[in-house]
Amino acid sequence: MRKCNKFISAVVASAMVLAMAGCGGSNETAPSQAAQSSQQEAQSSQAADNSGAANDGAATGGQFVIGGIGPMTGGAALYGLAAMHGAEIAVKEINANGGINGVQIVFLPEDDQHDAEKSVNAYNSLKDQGMQILMGCVTTTPCVAVADKTAVDGMFQITPSASSTDVIENDNVFQVCFTDPNQGVASAQYIADKKLATKIGIIYDSSDVYSSGIEATFVKQAETLGLEIVADEAFTADSKTDFSTQLQKCQSAGAELVFLPFYYTEASIVLTQANGMGYAPIFFGVDGMDGILGVENFDTKLAEGVYLLTPFAADATDAATVSFVKAYQDTYNETPIQFAADAYDAIYIIKAAIEQTGVTPDQSVEEIGNALKGVMPTLSVDGLTGAGMTWDASGAVSKAPMAVIIKDGAYASVQ
Amino acid sequence: MNFWVYLINGISLGSVYAIIALGYTMVYGIAKMLNFAHGDVIMIGCYIVFLTMTRYGLHPVLSVLLSILFCTLLGITIEKIAYKPLRRALPLAVLITAIGVSYFLQNMALLVFGADTKSFSNVITVPGITLADGALKISGTTIVTVVACIIIMALLLLFINKTKAGQAMLAVSEDKDAAQLMGVNVNATISLTFAIGSGLAAIAGVLFCSAYPTLTPYTGSMPGIKAFTAAVFGGIGSIPGAFIGGILLGIIEILGRAYISSQLSDAIVFAVLIVVLLVKPTGILGKKMHEKV
Amino acid sequence: MAKVSLKRLQKGKTGEKGSRDKFITLLLVVAVYGIVQLLVKTGHVSSLIQGLLVPMCVYSLVAIGLNLCVGFLGELSLGHAGFMCVGAFTGAFVSKVLRDSIGNDLVLFLVALLAGVAMAALFGFLIAIPVLRLKGDYLAIVTLAFGEIIKNIINVLYIAKDSNGYHAAFSDAKSMQLDEESTVWLINGAKGINRIANLSNFTIGIVLILLALIIVYNLVDSRSGRAIMAIRDNRIAAESVGLPITQYKLMTFTLSAAIAGAGGVLYAHNLSTVTATPTNFGYNMSILILVFVVLGGIGSLRGSMIAAVLLTLLPEVLRGMKDYRMLIYSIVLIAMMLFNWAPKSIAFRKQLAAKWKKQKTQEEA
Repeated sequence: MRKCNKFISAVVASAMVLAMAGCGGSNETAPSQAAQSSQQEAQSSQAADNSGAANDGAATGGQFVIGGIGPMTGGAALYGLAAMHGAEIAVKEINANGGINGVQIVFLPEDDQHDAEKSVNAYNSLKDQGMQILMGCVTTTPCVAVADKTAVDGMFQITPSASSTDVIENDNVFQVCFTDPNQGVASAQYIADKKLATKIGIIYDSSDVYSSGIEATFVKQAETLGLEIVADEAFTADSKTDFSTQLQKCQSAGAELVFLPFYYTEASIVLTQANGMGYAPIFFGVDGMDGILGVENFDTKLAEGVYLLTPFAADATDAATVSFVKAYQDTYNETPIQFAADAYDAIYIIKAAIEQTGVTPDQSVEEIGNALKGVMPTLSVDGLTGAGMTWDASGAVSKAPMAVIIKDGAYASVQ
Repeated sequence: MNFWVYLINGISLGSVYAIIALGYTMVYGIAKMLNFAHGDVIMIGCYIVFLTMTRYGLHPVLSVLLSILFCTLLGITIEKIAYKPLRRALPLAVLITAIGVSYFLQNMALLVFGADTKSFSNVITVPGITLADGALKISGTTIVTVVACIIIMALLLLFINKTKAGQAMLAVSEDKDAAQLMGVNVNATISLTFAIGSGLAAIAGVLFCSAYPTLTPYTGSMPGIKAFTAAVFGGIGSIPGAFIGGILLGIIEILGRAYISSQLSDAIVFAVLIVVLLVKPTGILGKKMHEKV
Repeated sequence: MAKVSLKRLQKGKTGEKGSRDKFITLLLVVAVYGIVQLLVKTGHVSSLIQGLLVPMCVYSLVAIGLNLCVGFLGELSLGHAGFMCVGAFTGAFVSKVLRDSIGNDLVLFLVALLAGVAMAALFGFLIAIPVLRLKGDYLAIVTLAFGEIIKNIINVLYIAKDSNGYHAAFSDAKSMQLDEESTVWLINGAKGINRIANLSNFTIGIVLILLALIIVYNLVDSRSGRAIMAIRDNRIAAESVGLPITQYKLMTFTLSAAIAGAGGVLYAHNLSTVTATPTNFGYNMSILILVFVVLGGIGSLRGSMIAAVLLTLLPEVLRGMKDYRMLIYSIVLIAMMLFNWAPKSIAFRKQLAAKWKKQKTQEEA
């Protein structure tokens, strides 16, 4: 037995060393998937034979290589997958229309499982594949970790949906979505302006950066606007199936409006349970609520009258949204959510920035990064998630939040 | 008044934990392994019901039966491939394989069913009860879950104590080698345990998703671990213990959230668990462990 | 009904026996370090693998810690991610607070390391007092519970510094009455600690592993070590010859937690942000570390390190598989378990080894 163990450890150790050597054996920038898959099939290091499977041309300088990072497995997979799908549609459109300044784009999505460490791994793997611009990460905590790495490399990074202000502390990172404080303030402002209610209950995810970030600024803003917070109840990632207690507390405190700053997966349970207990306040969501009508088999009557501040609604009737939604449905058989639209916009923002600066794929990552980040504050982009989006040097986006109400099972804008 | 509302909410949450814990404890009691994949079998069961019902328009009863059948077969297959070869190995090794199976089922579901959230329609049409002039409501789902729990518990106890196969299970759980010497087919008995446990998982899944109607490939993992906690709470291996543990866990979670802190409800549940185990080291209904010298 | 059967198969299997074997393990670590450094220097290592070097050290370290608990003490812990979490947060907190006053990176890391290890050891000690009264799966679930409590509490902990000095709050950030202009967040609830200095590197990781190995080997070889294994193999017999069971158990568990804490400090200083999520410090991580230990062979430190490295590498190397990545990972995990642990496969391997040996002797003759 011991002999055997020793033998195995020797084999394993040598295999590892081989694997590492194989990884960097070829060109600096193009070990890519081909080299990797060859290692795990057998450590025979025949990267050359497999090069056909690689993203050909990543290192040839003829294409822009944009990397995407987001959770594609694990509990947050639906957000990451949506973002990657949205970006892929944008890339397909751009390439079909002749690319950016005549240059085609390669888009490489990588999975980070919504974990900071895995996200850095994904980033490094993309670097090995010759990435020049990063579209990611989809979620906040991984994005903070990766933003530090892109700052060191001078890479241009635009995140579709990581909304914390910590994400954009480095000057090479820009956001497509609103920051969390921005959403909290805008929601409180809207409720006060429209006099929707004065007694407000909040349910939020205290273990989630996005949700607790919005809650904190909402509470502060609500106080200055004279709104009364009668209940402020939390749940966590480990107990997000039952919301009866939180709803009961809001109900007994007499909340006329319940603020729900979290994602629609949980929100659909909240609405079902509220309905079951006969509690019908005004429900007010933020952009994470978008997508609730797209949940397969969801009884949309439950969401009737729900307000949400969101930059995107899948059933908007403008031409851009209609064509995007159609392309998305045709390709992926699903209705796109806001994450998909954000990522779609992110790719177009990259396109606008590249066109403005005229950078070419043969420039270094740092040169491209410096040029793009310099031009961002001068851009104004019309996208699915907002018209005339502009950025300040900090990286935060400025666009008008749009309030929608769910009416007859569809979004309807309210002014 | 609010207290009673919370209590009822706690019981309805607890009844769901209890029904999952029954499957856990049953497998543990006989095969002596923590089947971490149990929660994911629940998830698969839910998807089967969801697909057959909403996509192919089957009658709810029929699709639940189909789901039970599928999960039973799935349980037997998993046992054959991943657990049986390790029957004579360290129990910890089987625990790790169970984790591998759990990853496998989650990622398989992700590929087959997609990551997007599905909304499960409630298959239970039993009307709820309203008490105290409408202030207290007990939903039909809660009633059915509690009743189903009690029926399953009674049937399991009857099965184990009154049938030959049940007696064989008991024998295997006491001493595998001695049971074998007495002519019990240990392998078949353990396979049967997994079949029953997985069938129970399908029922638990339907009830769980009827109460909390969202379905994703990761739906099963969290209630799985809570149910495991509940089973230990009640004394793992004990069938009535799983029921009591589940209900108590639900009540503690809800009351802790209501009266102490909603941010710390997980910590409260686990703190109570620790205290209970320190006072009664084998759970509420657990048998005392005898040490052999 | 719960029978503690951990011990049955593991009797007599204490991993690396004899000082020669232990020396080989240490040598192996140094050799791997040398080879990797050489490859890095000559530009033969991809960014991905370079980025993985520190995480591999982190998981090897924590696996060594858990192996001490599972393999030598014979107690199953499902809460080691909690100790890692304590180490990570304490270390990151300390290095953040002292960053301005200590200029030297290495000194700063050492101070953070000491603080993190000490805090993890303290938690290990405090938790061990009640936990070690329990047995088997009940002990496992209580350690799991403690791990989850630690994670839950860190998510509602707020510490900040403003012009009026330090403020701390539990579950309610508003009560701190911060002066917004000058606020510097140290621990910000669910957002955790941000902008942590990047102090970890591969060399530090390897040094920590060597240190942990030497400490554990020395302990195992010492009188206490033999006492600990005696307790594991037969508690009653050990007690009857007058061994202070509780004392030995406490010591081992505390050391095990401290090593996990060191892993946590290394982890935190490798990323610029640390948050307590179910994936990095929840029971999932505790179980993953247990996977390293069991797959590598309970009681074999070398095995757990190899398993930790392989299983950290595996999902990353599989990135080329795209959507099938995690599915293949799970299948490989099951297959490896069956290969390593199934009695039939062990017999088969033995047969093969015997054949091989026979051939060799024949050739020599």
